Amino acid sequence: MEKLLEIRWHGRGGQGVVTASELLAETALEDGGYFQAFPDYGSERMGAPIRAYTRISSSPIRQHCQISEPDAVVVFDSTLIGVVDFTEGLKDGGALVINTTLPPDEVRRRLGLGHGRVYTVDATSIALSTMKRNIPNTPMLGALLRAIDVVKKDDLIKVITERMGGRMSKEMVKANIEAMEQAFNETREDRI
Amino acid sequence: MTTRTEYVKGTPVALDGDRAVAEAMRQVNPDVVAAYPITPQTEIVQRFSEFVANGEVDTEFIAVESEHAAMSACIGASAAGGRAQTATAGAGLALMWEVTWVAAGTRLPIVMHVVNRSLSAPLNILCDHSDSMGVRDAGWIQLYAETIQEAYDDAIQAVRIAEHPDVMLPTMHTLDGFVLGHSLERIEVLPDEVVRGFIGTYNPRYSLLDVDHPVTFGPNDYHDYFFEHRRQQIEGMERALDVIPQIGEEFGALTGRRYGLVEGYQLDDADFAIVALGSINGTVKVVVDELRRQDRKVGLLKVRSFRPFPADKVAQALGGKRAIAVLDRSFSFGAQAHPLFLEVLTALYTHGFTPGMANYVFGLGGRDTLPWQIRQVYDDLAELEGVVSAPVRYLTVRE
Repeated sequence: MEKLLEIRWHGRGGQGVVTASELLAETALEDGGYFQAFPDYGSERMGAPIRAYTRISSSPIRQHCQISEPDAVVVFDSTLIGVVDFTEGLKDGGALVINTTLPPDEVRRRLGLGHGRVYTVDATSIALSTMKRNIPNTPMLGALLRAIDVVKKDDLIKVITERMGGRMSKEMVKANIEAMEQAFNETREDRI
Repeated sequence: MTTRTEYVKGTPVALDGDRAVAEAMRQVNPDVVAAYPITPQTEIVQRFSEFVANGEVDTEFIAVESEHAAMSACIGASAAGGRAQTATAGAGLALMWEVTWVAAGTRLPIVMHVVNRSLSAPLNILCDHSDSMGVRDAGWIQLYAETIQEAYDDAIQAVRIAEHPDVMLPTMHTLDGFVLGHSLERIEVLPDEVVRGFIGTYNPRYSLLDVDHPVTFGPNDYHDYFFEHRRQQIEGMERALDVIPQIGEEFGALTGRRYGLVEGYQLDDADFAIVALGSINGTVKVVVDELRRQDRKVGLLKVRSFRPFPADKVAQALGGKRAIAVLDRSFSFGAQAHPLFLEVLTALYTHGFTPGMANYVFGLGGRDTLPWQIRQVYDDLAELEGVVSAPVRYLTVRE
């Protein structure tokens, strides 16, 4: 039976949302999987709300449309709460992964989310302490890996190293991997 | 019968549609690429210019001042006997319009990579087929891709189709802007030597640079012979109906990915069918599978070659169906129906078939189309038997 996982990413322009959606997709290739990653293009401006999508499957993916019923939603910026309806269509039993200092049950309460699993991580602090930059994309990938079984962490490390290695210093690549690992370890969960 | 193990093994990679096309261009290694490097250009040209700068291709790259100049430079290069290519999108293709006719009328086998975008106003650079439909009558062969893999494969096959001595016509292959152009998918890239072997060397019959056999390109041609030359051009287009599937089969024997003029999906025993161009076909396939699991006899006909339009194949595939919906991702203001519908209707009528038919316009300006909306079309079809529906219906639009 083919297994299709659909992930929707929400953030603001400049936070590395599109890169995260692509890194996850490329990681699926390491395991011989199929994937799609694509942004929802509008007029992107630094700070404007944006969306991106990733599909991962063990067999070829044929649909070419946006994801309306995601298995997981990843939110890079808690200031989107009340601005963007990011839990729209989240599957029963699906995962919401959000960058915030709030505990997961508090996020659930504020969103009035009556189903699914909620995961929180302070990805901004992690990004600032490891990379000295507020680009929380690699920590959010770590948090997502805690929430759903989608790709192997070692494969993700390999892809981050290869892809970011082309345009970043060794130290920066190392910091990104550290940030991912730290977020993976510090992610908190609330299930109902 | 070729077995699967004999196919050339490609390398699976993650590429977006623009980069996949640029990769095919690198492997083809054209003599000349002339392109306008600024918006509305896509990343194809940016990526290809990196290959040029890195010395990975031998191509003479001409960064021109407009799309009109890009096509004009390709015409010169092709008349001189070189392999000439360009890439464009949306408004760029519109600005090129006048010279696309010159390329075709001069019988120059230029290859153009088109990333489908809408035309303004209101300002929109997202996907629909208004740009390529705007040049549908210019005399170019037009192939539409469903996936990034197909866009890559078409970019390679287009060279052979255009240069085929029976055809000698410029060829554009298209991929849906953003939906394929800016999306990352897994594709298999062929080894360089396999692509180079497949396309071979271009030996032009006539060349401006062959000074021992001087020829004239593009002379005055009035009421005495113009019409005859047009007639020959039409012959070339008609012969492409044989050449496109021949080359598609040859490519398939090599790679395992066979290409024809059209592709039927669960169509043989279907009562109700959708016909479409481009990436929407993938979404329709997902819906067909779902409805088949509910024992509904539905199918799909994907049209790969819009120019030339394979009327016989379309009629053969759709004849006897109870009702057919044709999806158009472009629009002709004031028309009775839209480009793909009119072709399909004419093909069926002239082959003696009169099924129920409806024309749906969808996806203009990048509007997303979801599986439930395609399901709605199949539901409508069950009520359309024996009716050719007018007016045109609009999928996903707010009224």
